[in-house]
Amino acid sequence: MKALLSAPLVFVQLLYQSMYLALSQIWANKTRSLLTTIGIVIGVASVTAVIAALTGLKAQILSQVETFGSNTIIVQPQRPDKGPQSHLPWWNFRFKAEEFEDILEHCPSVARCSRVSYTGQNVRHGERSVKGVQIVGVEPSWHEVESRPIVLGRKLSMVDETRPVCLVEPQLRDKLRLDKDCIGESIRIGHNTFRIVGVIERREKMELGGDSREDEEAVVEIKFFLRRARRIKPGDHDTFRVDSLKSAIKTFNKIALVMTLVAGGIVGISLLVGGVGIMNIMLVSISERTREIGLRKAVGARRSAILTQFLVEAIILCFFGGLVGVGVGELLTLGIAGINPLLEKTYIPVWAIALSFGFAGSVGVCFGMFPAIKAARLDPIEALRHE
Amino acid sequence: MTAENGKLIIRLENIKRIYKVGVERIHALDGIDLRLFENEYVAVMGQSGSGKSTLMNVLGCLDRASSGYYELDGQDTTRLSDAELARVRNERIGFVFQSFELLGQLSALRNVEMPLIYSRDGWLTRRRRAKTSLERVGLGERIKHRPNQLSGGEKQRVAIARAMVCNPSILLADEPTGNLDSKTSESILELFDQLHREGQTIVMVTHEEHVAKHTKRIIRLEDGHICSDLAEEDDIIGRGDAEGKML
Repeated sequence: MKALLSAPLVFVQLLYQSMYLALSQIWANKTRSLLTTIGIVIGVASVTAVIAALTGLKAQILSQVETFGSNTIIVQPQRPDKGPQSHLPWWNFRFKAEEFEDILEHCPSVARCSRVSYTGQNVRHGERSVKGVQIVGVEPSWHEVESRPIVLGRKLSMVDETRPVCLVEPQLRDKLRLDKDCIGESIRIGHNTFRIVGVIERREKMELGGDSREDEEAVVEIKFFLRRARRIKPGDHDTFRVDSLKSAIKTFNKIALVMTLVAGGIVGISLLVGGVGIMNIMLVSISERTREIGLRKAVGARRSAILTQFLVEAIILCFFGGLVGVGVGELLTLGIAGINPLLEKTYIPVWAIALSFGFAGSVGVCFGMFPAIKAARLDPIEALRHE
Repeated sequence: MTAENGKLIIRLENIKRIYKVGVERIHALDGIDLRLFENEYVAVMGQSGSGKSTLMNVLGCLDRASSGYYELDGQDTTRLSDAELARVRNERIGFVFQSFELLGQLSALRNVEMPLIYSRDGWLTRRRRAKTSLERVGLGERIKHRPNQLSGGEKQRVAIARAMVCNPSILLADEPTGNLDSKTSESILELFDQLHREGQTIVMVTHEEHVAKHTKRIIRLEDGHICSDLAEEDDIIGRGDAEGKML
């Protein structure tokens, strides 16, 4: 019983001794230890930075996508790639308003539908004007498709169908130096005057969810409906495209995963190189310290003590490299986030830090093991004779 | 032979150590029988190749005898595992080497402390014992110095303090004055004499007669055999040799 209890105690003591020895050794060879760990530093820094950049890119794209809802389906005209129609100019394929008139009756999976047209115009109010504002022409049902909150005033409604009214975003209101409460004011969009009836948030809060199978059904229904509405003969190519956002997100997630794996592979190689560096320096260190190992054995160090000493030294070197690497990765991440606005959401997830340290530690164990075994096996008499 | 009183520390019976070099078998030790008692002060002498280093390695449990029986402190060491032998070296044997073997980047205190790292002492005990040991060899003032800040004699004193720190049953010194000038040698030998007076059992390998003169018993080896084992005052070969030199 006593032996059973003392076994872990002996192990803890061995570990403590090894850490003590390893730290004093690393401290004694500061420059060399620092240079040795550079490989690991670069490896770990690139792991964290790559993961952070990908996570950031994903977050950014998802947040843009979420402005629509994830169960939104976008239908837009498209010139076919093949067939006789592929040479016609794009305006031949424009949707006509009446094509969508009875879509809700023919497509049971589609709950709501709004025709939308985009254009860029200059907007003017009094002396102030803003160039190239994106103008979106919508139907009242658009509010249900894209539920962006109204900050002030009211939504568009059925009675507005024939009236020149508009909603503005707070940013545009401020650029035009309109009052906070600008309801009832008139602005000129292009050559027409519109009355502001409400202020609308730039982005909506989205609840993700819904059944993706339903989305696919809706896509099929819309395709079928539009081919008939546009009188496309069987065998001819579609003159439009239907994109379900959910499937787009799925595709993007797949791409992101592949990118992560590829980046992970590259990073793995750099860690491997770092590991070889560690192994090399440990071998050098052991051959330099052969006499020391002989002496330690002569004064009573067991094989396990020598093994742990050198293994712990390698692991500490790697962890140290990992620590610096995460720091450098953090700096890189900040740099990346600053350079490209698309990556402004870049951050290092906690699991990436854990992963980096895990990697660094296992590199230490794998590449430190061989030199450590070599050291532990040295014959004390031979080692003490070593020049 | 010296008086066989006191505790038996070492008992060697028909110890052989055979090296295989290619197909040849070299008998480095060829049937050694030896008894050492507590507080003996012994010199092992012999020409190079006579087996004295091998005998030291076997006595110090660094090397295993090919055959024979070796008992240290009443314990049969021939059947011990490597780890158990390491423990024996740690607790019962102190080594002093010709070239000191101090670790350059560690202070004198840390060097002396080193064997205790492998024993079961706590940090505080270690410090205390290392300090005491350094004081014992007269270096209480220089514990913070590194080996390169110490003279040769001081280095060997640190090494002796390191060997003594575990209170070994036996102190093994391999040419302890080989790298020192005659004046420093003398002071180191006086230190050995002092340790002997304090009750330490000492075995010293040397090929210098004036070093052996400090001891009380001289064992001469030749081709792996003990060819003479006499008290210092009866050792005619040595005296003759010394006289020869004086002439």
